[in-house]
Amino acid sequence: MSLISNLKPGGKHGVPSTENRDPIGYLVAGLNRLAQSDLLDKVGLRKQTEQVVFNVTRTGFKTMTSASRTFSKAGKKGQPGTRPASAPSTGVFDLTPTEDEQMLVDLVVEFAEEVVRPAASAADAACAAPDELLKASLEIGLPILGLPEELGGVSEERSAMAGTLVAEALAKGDMGLAVATLAPGSVATALGLWGTDAQQQTYLPAFTGDEVPAAALALNEATVLFDVLNPKTTATKNADGYVLNGTKSLVVRGESAELFIVGASLDGKPVLFLVESSTKGLSVGGDPAMGVRAASMTTLNLEDVQVPADAVLGETDGSTYTECVRLSRLAWCALSLGTGQAVLDYVTPYVKEREAFGEPIAHRQSVAFMVANIAIELQAMRLLTYRAASRAAAGKDFSKEVALARRLCTEKGMQIGNDGVQLLGGHGFVKEHPVERWYRDLRAIGIMEGTVLV
Amino acid sequence: MAINLEVPRKHRALIDQAHQVAMNMLRPISRKYDIAEHEYPKELDVLAAMIDGLSESGASEGAGATGVRRDDIVDDKTVKNGANLASVTSVAEMCWGDVGLMLSFPRQGLGNSAIASVANDEQMKRFEGKWASMAITEPAFGSDSAQVSTTAVLDGDEYVINGEKIFVTSGERSDCIVVWATLDKSLGRAAIKSFVVEKGTPGVKVERLEEKLGIRASDTAVITFTDARVPKENLMGSPEINVEQGFAGAMATFDNTRPLVAAMAVGCARASLDLTRDLLKQAGVEIDYDRPAYLQHAAAAKFLQLEADWEGARLLTLQAAWMADNRKPNSLEASMAKAKAGRVGSDVTLSCVELCSSIGYSETELLEKWARDSKILDIFEGTQQIQQLIVARRVLNLSSAELK
Repeated sequence: MSLISNLKPGGKHGVPSTENRDPIGYLVAGLNRLAQSDLLDKVGLRKQTEQVVFNVTRTGFKTMTSASRTFSKAGKKGQPGTRPASAPSTGVFDLTPTEDEQMLVDLVVEFAEEVVRPAASAADAACAAPDELLKASLEIGLPILGLPEELGGVSEERSAMAGTLVAEALAKGDMGLAVATLAPGSVATALGLWGTDAQQQTYLPAFTGDEVPAAALALNEATVLFDVLNPKTTATKNADGYVLNGTKSLVVRGESAELFIVGASLDGKPVLFLVESSTKGLSVGGDPAMGVRAASMTTLNLEDVQVPADAVLGETDGSTYTECVRLSRLAWCALSLGTGQAVLDYVTPYVKEREAFGEPIAHRQSVAFMVANIAIELQAMRLLTYRAASRAAAGKDFSKEVALARRLCTEKGMQIGNDGVQLLGGHGFVKEHPVERWYRDLRAIGIMEGTVLV
Repeated sequence: MAINLEVPRKHRALIDQAHQVAMNMLRPISRKYDIAEHEYPKELDVLAAMIDGLSESGASEGAGATGVRRDDIVDDKTVKNGANLASVTSVAEMCWGDVGLMLSFPRQGLGNSAIASVANDEQMKRFEGKWASMAITEPAFGSDSAQVSTTAVLDGDEYVINGEKIFVTSGERSDCIVVWATLDKSLGRAAIKSFVVEKGTPGVKVERLEEKLGIRASDTAVITFTDARVPKENLMGSPEINVEQGFAGAMATFDNTRPLVAAMAVGCARASLDLTRDLLKQAGVEIDYDRPAYLQHAAAAKFLQLEADWEGARLLTLQAAWMADNRKPNSLEASMAKAKAGRVGSDVTLSCVELCSSIGYSETELLEKWARDSKILDIFEGTQQIQQLIVARRVLNLSSAELK
């Protein structure tokens, strides 16, 4: 491998392509490469340091071999699946959840407080959710939350509202772990919403059973100014179905996932495809990011992946895909609410206890007003998100509502994350306090597409 | 019970009606009274008659300045969409027409809201049908309303009022004035009471009308009180000076009026958004709600941000009114709504002027006017900073002595 070609500027190591390396620069860069190589370690020149587990996949792609289960085909091909009914509309302005929703939220709040939050810091460092936590999330029924009773789920009607409240409550514990635990249920919900009878009968029993598979809704791609509605991953029709080519980024638990929903362009329209992890041509690589690290994100490379004709989920005219994008954005808005609330609940006692110049810093308007604005904007974010969710649940058009919610949650959510660190000063910058993690997590809103949906 | 943030089905007819009035009655005279400041908008008398008619027929759902009274609410454990929600939605609609004119609606003054909030039944009856303005601010103070220096001294069966009030909206046109005065300045907030003073009372004089940045259709008066005598029955609430309770009585009005002012900002800002969306479309810029904002025209991306903020202000306002309808304490939410709507009102209207270039800035369109009108909404009934102070004290659970 030529040293020189690897040192060319242009988008790696954060060096823009407009930068030029002069001879001294090449020398320095070469020394740096030497410093990184194993050679120094072999001759004992550097103290060994322990590496985090995620390095297994960080260094390169690996072919998917992980315990892929075979989903046995069942149900009637081409026949529409069972659909959840829309929630009835009362016509009354109301901010009170239904009794069922409240019970569910109470349960998840407890889970988030007692199980999720204590595990958050370690999971963030390890880029993985603990197995026990994933198991516990199955016990409280997260994967089947969005499924109607007929399909083995728990909801009597379209549960976008309940899903929103649950995602919010979970993310108050931790956003990364919320994403890790919600991802399989998101795939199940998608199958419930758009799957044919055959797709539902083939895949859903796995989600409603005891051994729920990891599954991922893979829509992100590593492109600047990424347009989710126009994926670069392609699907080409052939005699056996479709051939998929491309690379998805930030795929949740890609390494252990047994079923993917992959977004790809088919004849210029974005379409969802069901891809089993045992399919030939799939490989994953580590893709840890700034935040949401507990979700073990990977890239997913698809090279001439042949899927059958009935691997298409929903319509091929882009309508299902667009609906999926909207519901995913809704879920991300809900996640931002939980993390935003975590920030507010954390900084409130902190600024009252922390003293400077002889009194609590909360007694200063510049500090107190920052807290007030967190509270105001967070509640605005919540109301926009709930409005979009309740419209989705009622089967109404919610495209505009979810777009506005996403806009506000992206901007104000990040502001809340930023202020959370600022209010703790230097203490906010160190990992002793969780605010730096929330800062990193809240940056995901507005960037992440797919992954979770309600 | 289920979460639903759509405008109540039963209020939709009322809102449609308000919209038609705003579009066909207020908009055509909007610029006229912006230019002819201090001239009485005589067209509004017809409108007032219409509003009274609606109110009698019950079609108004109790909306209006007096719709904020809470005693009328029956608690039968069901979720209510009542007069508070109807009021904020119809006020927003009217302010989509014109804020200044809306503030000049006969018998719909902030004083009327104050009377509805704190008057007893006898007073309610006595002042029914009167147009009441509100006089709190004095030359020496604004936000710090505990500094009231206008005095009320009991003399026989009458209180004798002395002092000077400024920024009295509809001060010249109203039939009576709700005046904040202190019974004993040494006793602080607790001694501040509100009095209904009828116009024509000897010693009450409108000194002058202000020339303003915006809401020029609405008159803003300086009023002096020189030994003005009012019956002691005109004191609203209890005449007792309860140091424990402090300011609570007088401040209760704000829980009801702040969502109304937030609604004014929401309505005014929507006027700007609606026109700007249309003008941008004519210029070839359409807002796509599904595509990422950064892949669209910068103007579309900006518009999305404005609309998202505006929607936040609107829903916070509805929330505060809904809580009032359902007898939930809403001081925090009322201030949140006012804070968000106040700043969003300015940001939206000013940004829309910029987005529309010289069409936005020129008097040929109303965008520049809305950008002037909106400013007051982040000031009166408690400035942005006062709302933040209230929210901060509530969220942090700090007293006014701790968080000054």
